[in-house]
Amino acid sequence: MTALTKPFRRRFLGRRRADQQAAEPEQADAAATALEQAPVEIAPSDPLLAFLQSASEPVDLDELELDSPALDELRAAGVKLAVPLVSQGELIGVLNLGPRLSEQDYSSDDRKLLDNLAAQAAPALRVGQLVREQEAEAVTRQRYEQELEVARLIQQNFLPKELPDLPGWQIRAYYRPAREVGGDFYDVIPLPDGRVGFVVGDVTDKGVPAALVMSATRSLLRASAQRLIEPGIVLERVNDQLCPDMPEKMFVTCLYGVLDPHSGHLRFANAGHDVPYVKIAGGVVELRARGMPLGLMAGMAYEEKEATLQPGDSVLLHSDGVAEAHDATRDMFGFPRLMQVVADAPDGRNLIDRVLSTLEAFTGADAEQEDDITMVTLLRSADAGPSAAAADGRVLADFELPSAPGNEREAMARVESVVAELGLESARLERLKTAVAEATMNAMEHGNEYRADSPVAIRVLHCSDRLRVLVTDQGDAGELGEPETPDLKAKLEGRQKARGWGMFLIEKMVDEARATNEGDGHTLELVLHLKGGDGAHT
Amino acid sequence: MPTRELQAAVRERDGVAVIDLTGDVNSSAEGALDEAYSQATATGAGAVALNFEDADYINSTGIALIVGLLARARKNGIEVKAFGLSDHYRDIFEITRLSDFMTISDNEDRALSGAEGGHDA
Repeated sequence: MTALTKPFRRRFLGRRRADQQAAEPEQADAAATALEQAPVEIAPSDPLLAFLQSASEPVDLDELELDSPALDELRAAGVKLAVPLVSQGELIGVLNLGPRLSEQDYSSDDRKLLDNLAAQAAPALRVGQLVREQEAEAVTRQRYEQELEVARLIQQNFLPKELPDLPGWQIRAYYRPAREVGGDFYDVIPLPDGRVGFVVGDVTDKGVPAALVMSATRSLLRASAQRLIEPGIVLERVNDQLCPDMPEKMFVTCLYGVLDPHSGHLRFANAGHDVPYVKIAGGVVELRARGMPLGLMAGMAYEEKEATLQPGDSVLLHSDGVAEAHDATRDMFGFPRLMQVVADAPDGRNLIDRVLSTLEAFTGADAEQEDDITMVTLLRSADAGPSAAAADGRVLADFELPSAPGNEREAMARVESVVAELGLESARLERLKTAVAEATMNAMEHGNEYRADSPVAIRVLHCSDRLRVLVTDQGDAGELGEPETPDLKAKLEGRQKARGWGMFLIEKMVDEARATNEGDGHTLELVLHLKGGDGAHT
Repeated sequence: MPTRELQAAVRERDGVAVIDLTGDVNSSAEGALDEAYSQATATGAGAVALNFEDADYINSTGIALIVGLLARARKNGIEVKAFGLSDHYRDIFEITRLSDFMTISDNEDRALSGAEGGHDA
């Protein structure tokens, strides 16, 4: 900033003592203005400015012939002599002198003296100006830093202090804000029935506004997640609540999923956030679901998708600070590179470290981080089979039965004997037995097609608050077809086949039933909740 | 637990053909059940009563067989009753809505007197 780039305001002292007359730039000390007349402004286009800039000695204003409003003003104020103060070729001020007290003209000695004075005063004045400029800048910078600090505090306050400890799972999170804090956030929310909600989001904009919107979004998500089960509905609700109060041009991208740690089953919905990747054995898959960012438009619906994480699989949730980082030549890291890092990883462990080291190699170690970087990984331990489940509870039984008609009764009997110690109420025990028999029949008949060499595996696990029975076949077909809901009237009238009661009965007999497909078979998981009343549907 | 192939014996009481089911009502029960039904209706009885007192296992295939029997009976204008079901299977008859299409009673006397179940539970 120099005096020449803005309107040049000069003030001069009304007293006729030359040594008390001074020209000052804009940031003149207000305390000194008591004795001053109103400052004279010299517009940047005023020819007087150019004249003084090039003058090499004190200028007699009365002798000047310039079409200059400033000149007229100075003359009217009684200024006779203007002494330019030039530092390093730049006009930084002017000493304005009124008439001599003796009422004589300024002599050549006077002018020489003033010239010398100006030559010494100019650099001193310049130093003073620079100090003031720097002080002003420091104040601005401090205010900015304070705001960043506030944003950082809000942000950090609303990130989880610790992550839940899930047996059979490793949950990791990484969050590194950019210097200018963005609006990244993540959350891991324990849900009432043992499931876990997880969130990664990003608010457009930076600093305090983004941090405030982030904290509001996070609170709304937490509240809705406790009340609602479907991730799509949770996002829908949060969107509707955010929309009315969202500042203009701001919105939130956000992925919300619900994980059942027991089965690895994952339901998720996405409000325009970067697509998560899952490291699976031998590759990578994307978890895609459609949805608009939050806060743009009320009444949006969010597609809901499902996936099942197998032992050894790991989900990587990430924010755009990763894919949108640049290298020195402004080349972007990009999603394909990120996906490749995940694909190339030997397994699902240490995904965050792999991404960070690849990213650092790309941007250069000293590059300033452009945006917040957030990553969360959910890794299902590779040994999360029966033995890992044991850590989560006890294995009451783990056996195989050949696929032969009638063997479901053997399954019933064995499950009945191992759960005897739990003292289930007899009606609930009967229901469990029916569900086990039906699941075993399904596995033998539809999964294994009664092949002699394809047994059905049955595992019975007792966790603190639930009993789980996993029935696994060796079917190589894809999905087991969604069974048609049986309608007795339609069956009696011949519009539906008489059969088709199996899955229907299973679902009615236990508190939870779900089928998962693995590469080499289907597993039907039956769950009885052991606390909170009889639970099963009637 | 071994499976017990279904035996279905037909007898007549008070103009109702009673089918006593002994064993498992599962896929292997189809022949016995079909035959018993044919025998029961051949007598010209206006109602068939299924006695489940000694049927201790009914699976989804067995349910389907009962649905088939019920469908035949409805075509023939024959009433179907059931009795002797355990609480658990009575529950299942309700869940599947079989109880909406057949009269279910606790025991044979009630079934044949025409009085409905009055289930104690």
